Amino acid sequence: MKSIALRNGKNLAATALMVLATVVLLTPLGLVFFHIVKMGLSSLSFDFFTQIPKPTGESGGGMANGLLGSAIQITLASCIGLPVGVLGAVYLTEFGGNRLANIIRFSADVLAGIPSIITGMVAYTLLVVPMKGFSAVAGAVALALIMMPIVLRTTEEQLKMVPGTLREASLALGVPLWRTSLKVMLKSATKGIVTGILLSIARIAGETAPLLFTALGNQFWSHKLTEPMASLPLQIFSFAIAPYEDWHKLAWAGALVLVVIMFSINLGARLLGRQKRYS
Amino acid sequence: MQQDPPIMTDISRQTNGTGRPGINGDLVYKRVTAFFALVILAILGLMIFEMTKESLPSIGKFGWRFLTSREWDAVQGEFGSLPYLYGSVISAVLSILLATPLSVATALFITEIAPQKLGTVIASLVELLAAIPSVIYGLWGVLVMAPWLQQTVQPWLSEHLGFLPFFSGAPYGVSMMAGVLILAIMIVPIITAISREVLLAVPQSQREAAIALGATRWEMIRMAVLPYGRSGILGAVILGLGRAIGETMAVTMVIGNSPQISLSLLSPAYTMPSVIANEFAETTSKLHSSALMEIGLILLVVTLIINIMARLLIWGVTRGSKAGIA
Repeated sequence: MKSIALRNGKNLAATALMVLATVVLLTPLGLVFFHIVKMGLSSLSFDFFTQIPKPTGESGGGMANGLLGSAIQITLASCIGLPVGVLGAVYLTEFGGNRLANIIRFSADVLAGIPSIITGMVAYTLLVVPMKGFSAVAGAVALALIMMPIVLRTTEEQLKMVPGTLREASLALGVPLWRTSLKVMLKSATKGIVTGILLSIARIAGETAPLLFTALGNQFWSHKLTEPMASLPLQIFSFAIAPYEDWHKLAWAGALVLVVIMFSINLGARLLGRQKRYS
Repeated sequence: MQQDPPIMTDISRQTNGTGRPGINGDLVYKRVTAFFALVILAILGLMIFEMTKESLPSIGKFGWRFLTSREWDAVQGEFGSLPYLYGSVISAVLSILLATPLSVATALFITEIAPQKLGTVIASLVELLAAIPSVIYGLWGVLVMAPWLQQTVQPWLSEHLGFLPFFSGAPYGVSMMAGVLILAIMIVPIITAISREVLLAVPQSQREAAIALGATRWEMIRMAVLPYGRSGILGAVILGLGRAIGETMAVTMVIGNSPQISLSLLSPAYTMPSVIANEFAETTSKLHSSALMEIGLILLVVTLIINIMARLLIWGVTRGSKAGIA
């Protein structure tokens, strides 16, 4: 029998270690955040939102073309990715009692874990090679591929949470299944589904690796979908590894803007998701 | 929250709901949605197929030598991936060794020790940090952490511990060490968040039973909580490993991108995703791009295996909770 003092001592030591671990873990994360805010605020100016990058050696400039490019590519990716995610999830909830559905669920989870750079390589072979050039479309498709499995799984999660009684009531009234699904199921789960969609948009807004050899990036204004297009994460990357102080500043400003955008989307999604939907 | 599975209606015998003969709306609906669901399956298949097809020239030319050769010469057309494999494995394993104890201890602190409010705050903070994109960690790594390593940490290490092969050589800043640290910082939120979900899924009765038998809180954690959540936590760690191996941007920015195999943590290294990121857009020959594709294929296969293992482990514990979507 061990003495109670020893056991209490061990308990205390273990507790202290856990507290210490939490502090050690939060420190670098806090530092990252601190530097982004500090360096970002000191480098951010109005020009950032209106100018395109200046040539090497000139100071100033902004990432307006990257912001526009990101917006275009994310919109296009959503147009491709959302139908697959949402309607695929409808299939899984309404008709998904079979083996095929389980396989699809499993592949979605596996797909979500594939490194995004590989998604970029696949988009490259499927679109960049046949189209004979880097393009915004290829970038958007790569982003859509990342988005699909996330939206599919979160939407299914939300549809499953709609009380079965609602669905049965509608069916019992003679409403056909497709109408029940659209007007009762999807409608009641809208908030949750939108939350999932917002989170997936936040995720692809920061993706860099899949754009490296699909959209490629662009130093100038670009709005043609068949040509290389700038995007915010790509610009942060190329400016961060460049050897110029001025470009580092722009990269910090870009990082701050990107983090603020992502956190706002995240926060909005969470607030939307937190509201009670079914009593 | 477990809900009854929805009743599956047999739509083949239903009418179109208008009472008149015509198109069976439900059947159309089923087919349309099934099409979109199958797209997911098709994409996974297409990815594996494309990567394999594009790698074939390289596989055919180099065979197993591709995995054991250090030669990477685009001009001569000789490609071997050993330095990249080495860099990926070492950086991922070391970062996991660093991140796991911290993450699990933090998850335990959040679920078992901290007051509920504080726990929730830390948990949502950690989740928010998991959402910061890789390129931003890379930016911080290359402009803040690497200079600090070069000026403060690495000179000290090489002066006092330089007799060890792990800390020999000149301090570059951008190095294997920087790669390991940035990876650890990036996977900590993921392992913590999933471990927390797993620990929350441990039944309260387990804890109460241990406490009722007179266990201290640590004994309760060690004897009742951890054994129950073990496989789930293992799943979280493996998922973190998958993330670490596939991580591209941040590592590329801080690891130094030099294809050498060195025991020293102070020397630069190279990883599989990094070489793809750096070279794929500007390949010099068909063989060059095929060799990069083969590296991508290795990466794909490794992450597929890792992810399948992790999902199975986590599903076993949380059963249908959202832990799987990270």
